[in-house]
Amino acid sequence: MRLQKLTPQRIWILAGYAATAAALFSAPLFISDFRLNLLAKFLAFAIVALGLDLIWGYTGILSLGHGIFFGLGAYAMAMYLKLEASGGKPPDFMGWSGLKELPLFWKPFEYFGFAVAMGIIIPALLALVLGYFTFRNRIRGVYFTILTQALVIITTTLLIGQQAFTGGTNGVTGYSTILGFSLGSPDTKRVLYWITAAALIAIFAGCRIVIGSRFGKVLRAIRDGENRVRFIGYNPAVYQMVIFTLSAAIAGIAGMLFVLHVGIISPSMLGIVPSIEMVLWVAIGGRGTLIGAVLGAILMNWAKSEFSTAYPEGWLFFMGALFVVVVVFMPKGVAGLAGQLKFRRKRREPDHEGVRNPAV
Amino acid sequence: MDVFLLQLFNGLSISSILLLVALGLAITFGLMKVINMAHGELIMIGAYSTYLTQNLFNDLMPESLFNWYFVLAIPVSFGIAFVIGLILEMSLIRFLYGRPLDSLLATWGVGLVLQQLARSIFGAPNVAVKSPTWLDGGLKIMDGTLLPYKRLFIIALVIACLVAMYFYIYRSHEGRRMRAVMQNRDMAACLGVSTRRVDAMTFAIGSGIAGIAGCALTLLGPIGPSLGTYYIVDAFMVVVLGGVGKLVGTVLGATGIGMFNTLFEYWTNASLGKVLVFVCIVAFLQWRPMGLVAMRSRSLD
Repeated sequence: MRLQKLTPQRIWILAGYAATAAALFSAPLFISDFRLNLLAKFLAFAIVALGLDLIWGYTGILSLGHGIFFGLGAYAMAMYLKLEASGGKPPDFMGWSGLKELPLFWKPFEYFGFAVAMGIIIPALLALVLGYFTFRNRIRGVYFTILTQALVIITTTLLIGQQAFTGGTNGVTGYSTILGFSLGSPDTKRVLYWITAAALIAIFAGCRIVIGSRFGKVLRAIRDGENRVRFIGYNPAVYQMVIFTLSAAIAGIAGMLFVLHVGIISPSMLGIVPSIEMVLWVAIGGRGTLIGAVLGAILMNWAKSEFSTAYPEGWLFFMGALFVVVVVFMPKGVAGLAGQLKFRRKRREPDHEGVRNPAV
Repeated sequence: MDVFLLQLFNGLSISSILLLVALGLAITFGLMKVINMAHGELIMIGAYSTYLTQNLFNDLMPESLFNWYFVLAIPVSFGIAFVIGLILEMSLIRFLYGRPLDSLLATWGVGLVLQQLARSIFGAPNVAVKSPTWLDGGLKIMDGTLLPYKRLFIIALVIACLVAMYFYIYRSHEGRRMRAVMQNRDMAACLGVSTRRVDAMTFAIGSGIAGIAGCALTLLGPIGPSLGTYYIVDAFMVVVLGGVGKLVGTVLGATGIGMFNTLFEYWTNASLGKVLVFVCIVAFLQWRPMGLVAMRSRSLD
């Protein structure tokens, strides 16, 4: 469907993407360093939203555990930054907990390459293990969602409990340089912003390819009727495992970028609430459309940074109400709404809905 | 020996609290396949209802009667949570049948609003509820082993709730209709059972039990707006482990998780204990993906 010939409409869409990409890359010219840093953070969040959209919007698996995958990536990067800041000695919080020696599993994080690799591999591996033990047994739907949420709880308690190794509630902070460049300098920040923007565009394109491929079609088929897919002869478990792992790896990448921009990672940033907020971004932007997920993440975070400090109470009311309204009235999010209004072409909405909610 | 006894009692106490929290959840989830993330907030509402009852007694009643406020607080908590649950079902939940994941998100939003509401009304800091004096102290079974009356009272309360639920579900007309809807919704509707009313009633009862759970939690410590969030995920694990559709599954699930939690925490430490319990649950689901007690059904999904 996506890989058709160049129709006029497709050209317009491509032109739109090109303009957005150009705007993203030239953003440092227009906005202040402070805003740029915020935007960079939002772009990192947009990357998680893409990963989440792959499994929720396209495969129909709701994971409330993406905060953990995001966090594991972030911690991997944070360990590297912390070791670089302390010059290979045990970081300060280990001293406070009475730990003299650098633990063995911290040692290889001195190397940037290793830290980056681990920031992708650890979340992916965790997702693969959880996926293997659940999808294989056809544990799905809400059962899977609850398990991912339990995973969040135990990971955060573990991170808080093992203070000597993880920094406990305070998390890991106090970095100075990355690969020798000062993290505080505007130049480094600008480069990091470009890296984030490039990563977002690359991952967006990658997701596009995945979705357009035969593999992506099977994913959507699983979402709409898992048993039918099974009867045709596919093994949905394999597809679910692969996409869940991929999604976790994407979240890990986002986490690494997040730490570079924010300069701290702590268990409160990957707990239950942040994980479910990530889902909200995708829900509002529009599940099942990649651009919706990206826009949802950026818009929601922008709104949050604008309003939550001014009206902390009102913001929580607003967010709660938004959850309800989006789920009940616009299950396809803003992107779906725009799609319904604009492109009244051969959309298969009614038929589609019918398949999604079988009469059981 | 006494260490063992004490741990056993601790495990039993944790299990009873888990069971009380998970009972309402198991009913709503089993019947309607609705994941009610606002369940924790209904617990919180029950706890604040108890707090209000206490304050009312403090202001209006003579000193001598104060100790008996708790007896009244239990039905009051049940009633308030029941009504709120009913309102919730009528206004929101019923639009979400057949969309379990969406119901999870929407009710989470409701929970967020309720939490913030509580914060606006009662303030963010925790408030303490003074438990009645007749629950102070404990039962001494041997030297150095004291079983607090409060915990014993909670265990008794849970048993009372269980018995009441048993009679409601298995020995009353409403309960029979409820089981019918749970087993085969379409068939029950064809036979003239008003599934809408059964749904509303069930959801409200589940909410009411959450209120009782909140009332019981006031005995264990101060209460705050985010009281429910500590228990909600554990309660869901109970439902997943126990399986849906039968009370006995929930009882076994809660006992299993409570006991193993205590055991592992005793052997290792609090955070590792939780990890081990989670690993055990996932391992167990390999063997029985539908939980301990699953309803037999020929339907595919």
